[in-house]
Amino acid sequence: MEHSLLVNACVYLAAAVIAVPLSKRLGMGAVLGYLLAGILIGPAGFGLIGQAEDALHFAEFGVVLLLFLIGLELEPTRLWALRRPIFGWGGAQVALVTAVLFGAALLAGIGWKLALIAGLGLSLSSTAIALASLEERNLMPTPAGQASFSILLFQDIAAIPMIAIVPLLGIPESAGGGGNAWIALVKVIVVLAGLVIGGRFLVRPLLRFIAKTDAREIFTAFALLLVIAISLLMQSVGVSMALGAFMAGVLLADSEYRHALETDLEPFKGLLLGLFFIAVGMSVDFAVFLARPGIVLGLVAGFLVLKTGVLYALSRLFGMARGQHLQFALILSQGGEFAFVVFGAAATAHVFSDEVASILVVVVALSMVVTPLMLMAWDRLSARRQGAKRPDRADEIEPNEDHVIIAGFGRFGQIVGRFLNVSGVKLTVLDHDPDQVDVLRRFGFKVFYGDATRADLMRAAGAAKARALVVAIDDIEDSLALVEAVRRDYPALTIFARARNVTHYYQLMDRGVHLIERETFEAAVKLGRSVLTAGLGQSAYRTRQTADKFRKYNLQNILAVYPYYKDRDTYVSMAKRGRDELETMIARDRKAVDEETGQDWD
Amino acid sequence: MTAPTILILYAHPAPQRSPVNRRLAEAARAVSGVAVQDLYELYPDFNIDAEHERSLLGAAHLVVFLHPIRWYGMPSILKEWMDVVLRPGWAYGGGPDGGTHALRGKGFWLVTSTGSGLDAFQPGGLHGHPFDAFLLPIRQVARLCGMDWLAPLVMHGSADASEAAIDAHVHEFTRRLTGYADAVLLPEAVHGA
Repeated sequence: MEHSLLVNACVYLAAAVIAVPLSKRLGMGAVLGYLLAGILIGPAGFGLIGQAEDALHFAEFGVVLLLFLIGLELEPTRLWALRRPIFGWGGAQVALVTAVLFGAALLAGIGWKLALIAGLGLSLSSTAIALASLEERNLMPTPAGQASFSILLFQDIAAIPMIAIVPLLGIPESAGGGGNAWIALVKVIVVLAGLVIGGRFLVRPLLRFIAKTDAREIFTAFALLLVIAISLLMQSVGVSMALGAFMAGVLLADSEYRHALETDLEPFKGLLLGLFFIAVGMSVDFAVFLARPGIVLGLVAGFLVLKTGVLYALSRLFGMARGQHLQFALILSQGGEFAFVVFGAAATAHVFSDEVASILVVVVALSMVVTPLMLMAWDRLSARRQGAKRPDRADEIEPNEDHVIIAGFGRFGQIVGRFLNVSGVKLTVLDHDPDQVDVLRRFGFKVFYGDATRADLMRAAGAAKARALVVAIDDIEDSLALVEAVRRDYPALTIFARARNVTHYYQLMDRGVHLIERETFEAAVKLGRSVLTAGLGQSAYRTRQTADKFRKYNLQNILAVYPYYKDRDTYVSMAKRGRDELETMIARDRKAVDEETGQDWD
Repeated sequence: MTAPTILILYAHPAPQRSPVNRRLAEAARAVSGVAVQDLYELYPDFNIDAEHERSLLGAAHLVVFLHPIRWYGMPSILKEWMDVVLRPGWAYGGGPDGGTHALRGKGFWLVTSTGSGLDAFQPGGLHGHPFDAFLLPIRQVARLCGMDWLAPLVMHGSADASEAAIDAHVHEFTRRLTGYADAVLLPEAVHGA
């Protein structure tokens, strides 16, 4: 009892607080920082924390929360639409990687049982590391991100039968026969049905009730309770906790409390995932490693080369953009959390010895450490390849001068960009979707691929010599982050921003942006004009005048409410007052128009 | 008759409040061979399709400006129309090859109205000059383009005009318009141009 819970927490938090910012500063990303922190405080490092397994076990809940939150983003219909990538690509990935690893192991003279279990276990990737890496690079919406996500989801499903099969390969007496499997299946179905019905008729009313009590911490507590309870329930019928949480998330995806759940659980997810990475770092058993360094390193290298190779080959079949194949392969190359479980189960069932299991666990843990390193190298390499077009590396400002930078070239940025382009404006486009980047490059645009919020990308894009910056990013948080970074680093650069909604508009104003357009407003007014003229036969010019007045008063209203928006209660009532005012004003306009005499125009 | 030979450029920013011009435009629409371009209705954002307007002009024999007078001139959209449609080199020569003079020989007819009575248009009156003096720019436009200036049809004092007076005015307009359409009336001699 030399280490109390608080002392442990103190060590974990201190390690994270020191290692992660340092690692990010060095351009290595948060995941690697956590892993290194884990190695440092673990038995192999300063030995500040004794047992890695306990922490790992506890921290796996971070992965559970991660999947619950992902589930919240995916409505059942969207999930259904993903069924082909999930089962097709996911199935192909697991089957092929297992087959190749199995074959390689057989060739190396390893027994078939061991080869099979190792192949199965190692075919699974780390959801935590892969998704965190994708999010760190804003790759989730890209084809590679979607494919990775689908495959990871399939792996979570595939892990269930794997964990069930492994004991069957061991000492036969524990094999239960077909009857048990049927009962297990029925159990799963019953629990799932209970979840669907309970989710709709029990959880939602309960959420509503708790939200009404206005006790915020109780809502948070309930959110955690919900995820933990569902996970335990699913685990009790043999479904992985992560998969169970994912399904629970999907079931609540169309609930009105989705956003509240998201914001409440987000910090827990982040911290627990961090703890998970720390625990993985701690679990790298250097004693096993030092006992047979050659074998371990050989296994890690061989495993990574084979798995990356298979993934790379598959990525070409999945129709991904050029230049993303290798990145995709690297993101999924490591062994995953489930490998620990599979190998643990195999060791318990005496399919192979504890020693073999611990070697395999070290291989997986090391592969997890290697992934962020490889991705970092890939980032550097691709940045260099983009920079190679510059005649002189030192001349960082060369890319464009007197140009306009457009950050985000989706539906909105595209229109702005094409419009500026026909007006003869020099453009630099930043986007993180490589499909777009390819097309644009073909048309001779200056395109930088990557996350616009990264300072080095803005510098490489020539922000210092830009005439203007158009922030057209989809994601509100990214948009605000970019605006903050540019305000700080390039205060003289004028920012023109797309606002997704009124709150975003205010948040941009908070950050000193004044040239803002609401993304849907003009189009909606335009369509309203069409309804009045083409639909109802009203005078086109008069309709235009009404639209102009409408726009003017609408904007006045928005600005009038601005000082109050942060205080939510006032905001609501002010917004309502604003609406009333608008009504009054519009009514006044109409009256004014109607009351005008015929004297002035005859 | 199918192809319109008379093109009316109608400009009224607030037709719902127009006692005279709206009725004239309506009456004109009923005359065969007449096309009415309601400029404020067609181009509420002033983004005039100049190419299309030129093609209509090219096919017409008579061009009519139908609008109220405001601030001694035409409504703003009609001025915009002139600025973008009557391109130098197309409407009146200019350019290295002397231009096309696309409007040469076509008739030009101004149909307009003023709120004040004719008595306001004289030295010492509210507007200080005879009404004709205010037509100088538009008359010169027609002259520069080589168009035949037809005697304008003007209704003064429309603000206080009786229903009967307006009826008579509309009737007169329709009569002359139909006449032009049937090519009965010969273009009048160019007034002092």
